[in-house]
Amino acid sequence: MEIYLYIALFAPFVGSMFAATLGASKKTTIAGIIPSLLLFVSFVASSILLNHILSGGEVVHVEMMTWMQTGNLYIPFGFVVDQISVTMMMVVTLVSTIVHVYAIGYMDHDKAFNRFFAWLSAFVFSMMILVMSDNFAGLFIGWEGVGLCSWALIGFWYHKESATWAANEAFIMNRIADLGMLIGIFLVFWNTGTLQYAEAFAAMQFLDQETLTWMGIFLFIGAMGKSAQFPLHTWLADAMEGPTPVSALIHAATMVTAGVYLVVRSNELYSLIPHVGLFIASLGAFVAIFAASMALVNRDIKRVIAYSTLSQLGYMFAAAGLGAYWVALFHLMAHAFFKALLFLGAGNVMHAMNNELDPFKMGGLGKTMKTTMIMMTLASVALAGIFPLAGFFSKDLILEVAFVDHHFIIYTVLLFTAGLTAFYSFRIIALIFHGEDRHTSLGFHPHEAYKFMLVAISPLLILAIIAGFTMKGTFFEMVTQLLPATEYHVHSALTYWIMTIGTQLFVILAIFFAYKKYMASDIKVPDGTSKMENSFVYKLLINQYYIPYFYEEYLVKSYRELSTVFWKQIDQKIVDATVDGIAGVLYNTGENTRVMQSGNLSTMLRWVVIGLVTILSLAVAFGLTVRYLDEIQAILSGLGA
Amino acid sequence: MEIGLNHYLVLSTILFAIGLIGVLKRKNLLLLFFATEILLNSVNVAFAAISHYHGDLTGQMFAFFVIAIAASEVAVGLGLLIVWHKRHSNIDLDQMSSMKG
Repeated sequence: MEIYLYIALFAPFVGSMFAATLGASKKTTIAGIIPSLLLFVSFVASSILLNHILSGGEVVHVEMMTWMQTGNLYIPFGFVVDQISVTMMMVVTLVSTIVHVYAIGYMDHDKAFNRFFAWLSAFVFSMMILVMSDNFAGLFIGWEGVGLCSWALIGFWYHKESATWAANEAFIMNRIADLGMLIGIFLVFWNTGTLQYAEAFAAMQFLDQETLTWMGIFLFIGAMGKSAQFPLHTWLADAMEGPTPVSALIHAATMVTAGVYLVVRSNELYSLIPHVGLFIASLGAFVAIFAASMALVNRDIKRVIAYSTLSQLGYMFAAAGLGAYWVALFHLMAHAFFKALLFLGAGNVMHAMNNELDPFKMGGLGKTMKTTMIMMTLASVALAGIFPLAGFFSKDLILEVAFVDHHFIIYTVLLFTAGLTAFYSFRIIALIFHGEDRHTSLGFHPHEAYKFMLVAISPLLILAIIAGFTMKGTFFEMVTQLLPATEYHVHSALTYWIMTIGTQLFVILAIFFAYKKYMASDIKVPDGTSKMENSFVYKLLINQYYIPYFYEEYLVKSYRELSTVFWKQIDQKIVDATVDGIAGVLYNTGENTRVMQSGNLSTMLRWVVIGLVTILSLAVAFGLTVRYLDEIQAILSGLGA
Repeated sequence: MEIGLNHYLVLSTILFAIGLIGVLKRKNLLLLFFATEILLNSVNVAFAAISHYHGDLTGQMFAFFVIAIAASEVAVGLGLLIVWHKRHSNIDLDQMSSMKG
């Protein structure tokens, strides 16, 4: 089995290197095909490992080699394929294979085609390290690796000012969170003496509550950055500057769920500190409704989907925080399928509309893009959580968890968010695909995407439909070998049915409301004059609660001013001045002593004699001092007394 | 008065001082060579005297080496001196400043 582990891990790396060697040369389709094939190989290897785990095989654990060994610190390059990581591996390899194939079509006209695949495969490799590592240090390496690749891919069109800005924003925000994560890892090592998951978690059982609480908090800060939880959420919406396959793979299906993975992986730690868990759940519920509210009014289809991702991450954290780790992981998996599908569909729409993102300028695209419409509609149905699609099973389960655990505030918030989710999802569906053809007057000529792109994303469609009812049982049996096997059943059957049907009705009503409101024939491109657009709530939401404004105005600006002071006062006047001073002294010494080199033999001989006399006198003085050391000391001590 | 080691050493020191002053003061290249010969031979006197005093032949052997090297040095130096004189028709040290930095 070890060989499959290595194949799954290193095939993306080989693909990345292959595309990277072609990075500087002209666009060749082979630079996209080979990495896609290698990813498919990785996917097959992961499937074999999944099959091995499912059929009751042992956890595959390898130590490739020693990475660091000094004193008590021992960190190997160790990889583990257990029930949790194999789930993540399947999600990552499946979605990334599909996205790679899709991107061959999507990036067809891009000059930097080869570079794109080099980075995209490098991302998959980092993500595989992240999920397969058997210790916190390896996790951290993968964590930073995905951050780097995300930076390079958000800023892929680096000639665009906004893209580079968004890339840097994402990178810097993640750095802030990574500091917290690093402190958490230090705390783990400090208190348990190891970074291996198994040994560290075993040792945690004997630590006191306070230490564990700090560990949990700092590790969660890292998760907050990567999973874009409040208040570090602003980068995710701006990250939509990157190419759409990147948004689908990194900012929806895989990288942003790394935070959830971390919490799930550290479940033994978080089970010991339920108060931190409750905080995580509350924050998750807050982010769920907070992000959903911003998605209600946004006029950029990719941003709407990004906020939806944020909201769903909130759901996952709510589940994980309440101790329902397997539910969180299940929602992570289901969400990866339908959200990647939604993004890739949005990519088709963008292509058709020459990168126009405002759904108010579209309308009636369903006539020309039937397949995309069906795919996006079904993905939205899955996202909204309608029976029997994937979202129903995972999301309803999270609601039940909150209900059964008597966290009724969290339950209400999540339930309300489910309605909002349905509304904003179908708002963009209605605006894009139905209603009047608003785009014709703007001069767009939409067309459907390449056939092979549609075929490539169809597995996601199938999974978005069937992932819920086919996999739930197997999934539960598999992951609960590692995770707490808490089943969540509402006690009375009547309450259960009322809840389920009530939720379904609520969601369906929200969908109908969205269709009714946005399929109307009098929809126009908003121009800032309508009553709604001038209302306070609309302004609050469209400006993202003024949080980016607040960051810019109060944090970034004051930081910039502080930096200017440090630059002008400290760096220039102290640091630079010191360095320049040293250089100046050396320069002046040279300038003043070069007159010695007169070229006159007599003068030079004179210098030789002076040097000789100096050295001789020093030698004599030193010799005398050594010989009469005792007497000199006696005299000196006499002076002191 | 018996002539002892100290007398030889004093002689050697006086010769060395004369040679050193010659090296510092002379502007004529030929006389500069004389001065260096005096320097080297003052050391030879000291070598020979100390060698005799200790009854050890090593010092005298060293003196022979110094004489041999001094001879070859003067041969090379005089050769260069003649070439220089042919070109510039003087051997004044102050004129030799092509190495000025």
